Amino acid sequence: MTAHHDHHHHHPHPGGKAPAAISRRRFLQRSSEIAIGTAIAVTAGGTLLNSAEAWATEVKALKPETLRTLIAVARDIYPHDRIADRFYAIAVKSHDDTAATDEGHKALIETGIATLDTAAGAGGYLGMQWEADRVALLRTIDDTAFFQAVRGGLVVGLYNQPDVWTIFGYEGESYSKGGYIDRGFDDIDWI
Amino acid sequence: MAAPYDLNDGSVVVIIGSGAGGGTLGNELAQKGIDVVILEAGSRHEYEDFVNDEWASFGQLAWTDMRTTSGSWRVHKDFPNLPAWIVKAVGGSTTHWAGASLRFQEHEFKARTTYGHVAGANLLDWPITLAELAPWYDKAEAKLGVTLTNGLPGLPGNNNFKILKAGADKLGYKEVHTGRMAINSVQRDDRNACQQTGFCFQGCKWGAKWSTLYTEIPKGEATGRMEVRPNSHVLKIEHDASGKASGVVYVDKDGKQQRQKARIVAVAGNSIESPRLLLNSASSMFPDGLANSSGQVGRNYMRHMTASVYGVFDKPVHMYRGTTMAGIVQDEARHDDSRGFVAGYELETLSLGIPFMAAFLNPGGWGREFTTVLDSYTHMAGMWIVGEDMPQETNRVSLSGAVDQHGLPVANVHFDDHPNDIAMRNHAWAQGRAIYEAVGATRTLPTPPYPSTHNLGTNRMSARAQDGVVNQWGQTHDIGNLFISDGSQFTTGGAENPTLTIVALAIRQADYIAKEMSAKTI
Repeated sequence: MTAHHDHHHHHPHPGGKAPAAISRRRFLQRSSEIAIGTAIAVTAGGTLLNSAEAWATEVKALKPETLRTLIAVARDIYPHDRIADRFYAIAVKSHDDTAATDEGHKALIETGIATLDTAAGAGGYLGMQWEADRVALLRTIDDTAFFQAVRGGLVVGLYNQPDVWTIFGYEGESYSKGGYIDRGFDDIDWI
Repeated sequence: MAAPYDLNDGSVVVIIGSGAGGGTLGNELAQKGIDVVILEAGSRHEYEDFVNDEWASFGQLAWTDMRTTSGSWRVHKDFPNLPAWIVKAVGGSTTHWAGASLRFQEHEFKARTTYGHVAGANLLDWPITLAELAPWYDKAEAKLGVTLTNGLPGLPGNNNFKILKAGADKLGYKEVHTGRMAINSVQRDDRNACQQTGFCFQGCKWGAKWSTLYTEIPKGEATGRMEVRPNSHVLKIEHDASGKASGVVYVDKDGKQQRQKARIVAVAGNSIESPRLLLNSASSMFPDGLANSSGQVGRNYMRHMTASVYGVFDKPVHMYRGTTMAGIVQDEARHDDSRGFVAGYELETLSLGIPFMAAFLNPGGWGREFTTVLDSYTHMAGMWIVGEDMPQETNRVSLSGAVDQHGLPVANVHFDDHPNDIAMRNHAWAQGRAIYEAVGATRTLPTPPYPSTHNLGTNRMSARAQDGVVNQWGQTHDIGNLFISDGSQFTTGGAENPTLTIVALAIRQADYIAKEMSAKTI
C-alpha cells in the first residue's frame, strides 16, 4: 500500500470550503513506478506520485490512470502556467471521493475519460503531445455532461484554494489586518 | 403589550422579512408604539460573525433554497436554480448590498408618460411623484447616513475608483464621484467608519455599512415593541370570512408549524418570495392567490439591466482593496432616446475576488481566453452596469412544479430581455470599454449579468386596481390590512440601486399605517 492516505474533500458547490492541500511531505517509499511521459506517475499500489513536486495521493474509486488523465484535462480546461499540478490534483480529487459512494458519478468519469482516450487515438489523451491538439479535442465534447461536471467542479475546486489565490496575487481575508485603509487601497501612482 | 408576543395576540403587525423594507418598517412602527412581530426565514448572524471569504459567506448568508428558472436569460442556463443572489438571514439583503443609495429621478416615476408606448413593455406611471417622496428620501438618507448628503463627506476613492475617474474624465463625463453610499465615511450612529476592507458583499464586519441587522432591528427591539423571530419561514397568509388578513402560518426554529394572529400583515420577502407567498396563500375566496384580482401578482418582474466591464492594464490596480462600489458615473442615467433606447443607466465600481471572478466572469467559459484574464487579476479594474429594464407581463415569478423542504411549490423565475434592455446593455458595454481604453487598458471584457441582486416589480404599485397589486401606500388593492413593503411594489425600476427607495417607501408606509390604525380604518 502507499505511504500516504489522503482524505481530502472539497465541495464543488456554493458554501464549500477550500480543500486542504495534498501532503507535500516527500514521498520516500520505494515503489515500482509505471513509467510515463509526464510528471505524474502511477505506482504499483495505485497511488499517483509526482516526484518533482513531492506529493502523492491515493486513488480510492477511480482507476489511477483515470485520475491522472483527469488532472491533465483539468489543466487543459483552465491552464495556468504558474500553477503546479498539485493544485489541479486537489481540484479533481473530489471526483474520486464522489465516485467512492456514487456509482453513477464513477461511470460518468470513467466513461468520459475512456471516450476521450479513444477519440485521441493511439496513446490516448495523455499521448497527445500538444495542448492545442488536446484542447481541440475537448472543444468537441464541451457540451457533454462529463465535460461540464469536470469544468463545473473546477470553478470551485481550483479557484477556491487560498494557496492558488496567492499565486494570482489576490490577498483574501483583510479584516484581521485592519482592512486596506493603511495598506494600499489607493496606492496607484501611475494613473 | 410588550414583546415577546403571544401567538394568539391579534393586535400585532406581522412583518414577513427583516431586510430594507421589513426591518425599516418594523422599527418605524415600534418607535411609534405599535406592536410588531417580524418573522424572518433566515438565521441571525451578528456582524462579527461575517466572513471575508466569498464562498463561505455565500454559504452563510445566501438564499439557496430551491428555485427554478426559465426564459432566454443566460442565468437560466448558467445558474438554473440560482436566479438571484440575495440573502436569507436577519437583515435580509442589507447584509449583502453594496450600499449605493441613489434617489430615483423625477421622470422615472413617470415612465409611461416619459418613454411613451414601448412595444412589449408593460410600462406604467407610479401613483406617486418624486416631489411626494422627497420628504421620505430626506429621512431615508439621514437614517442611512448616506455620504455626500446632510454634510457627510464622501468616501475616499480606492484604486478601482481612480481608474474609473481618470477614464471618465477623458471621455468628458461630469457626474463622477465616490457615490452616495450608506457606508459611514465618519464614525456615526455608534458605528465604525469604513476601513477599506473590501468584502462589502460578504457583510461588513465593521458595521460601517448600514444594515437593518445592526441598526433598525436592535433599535426597534429596544423599544420593547418589536420581536424578531429568526428561522421562521412563513408558509401562508390566512384571512377571515370577511376577506381580511387574520394571521400567518409559519415553520418555527424547531421545525414546528405555528399560527401567529395579526391585525395587519406586511410582506417584505423580496420580489421572488413575496409574490410566491401571495400565490401559495390561495384560498376558496381568493383562488388565484391573495391580492391578485388584477392577475398582476408575480408579473412585471424586473432585475435591472445589468452587466459588467473589466479592464486589464499593464500596471497593477488591486481593485479588490477598499469599498467595493464607492465610485459612480451618472452621466448616462438620463433619458435620451437618441442613444437608441429609452431610460438610462449608471456605471459603478465593482470588484470580485478570485473565487467569484472565476464563477461569474464568463460562466461556462474555459481555455486560455478565460484563464489569461485571471492571470492578470491584480491588474484588473471593474465596473458594474445598472440601468432601467422594461417591465414585461411575461417576465414573471410563478409557482413551479418543484416543491421546497416544506412541501410548498417553489418560485419559478421567468425572464427574457426586452430589446430595449439589450440596446442599453450594448451601449453601456461600449461606454465602459471606452472608459478603460482611455486610460490604457490592454484588454477589456464584457461580462454578462450575474444572478439578480435587484429583484423588483412583482407586486407593483398602481393608481388603478386592475393595473397592479398595491396602491400608493403599498397597501394591496384587494385587502386593506395586507401591505407589501419591499421592492416588489416598484412600478418601474429606475436606473438606480433600489434600497434607498425601498427604505423611503417603508418609512412613509409606517406613517400611513400608524395614521390608519389611529383612525381605526385598518
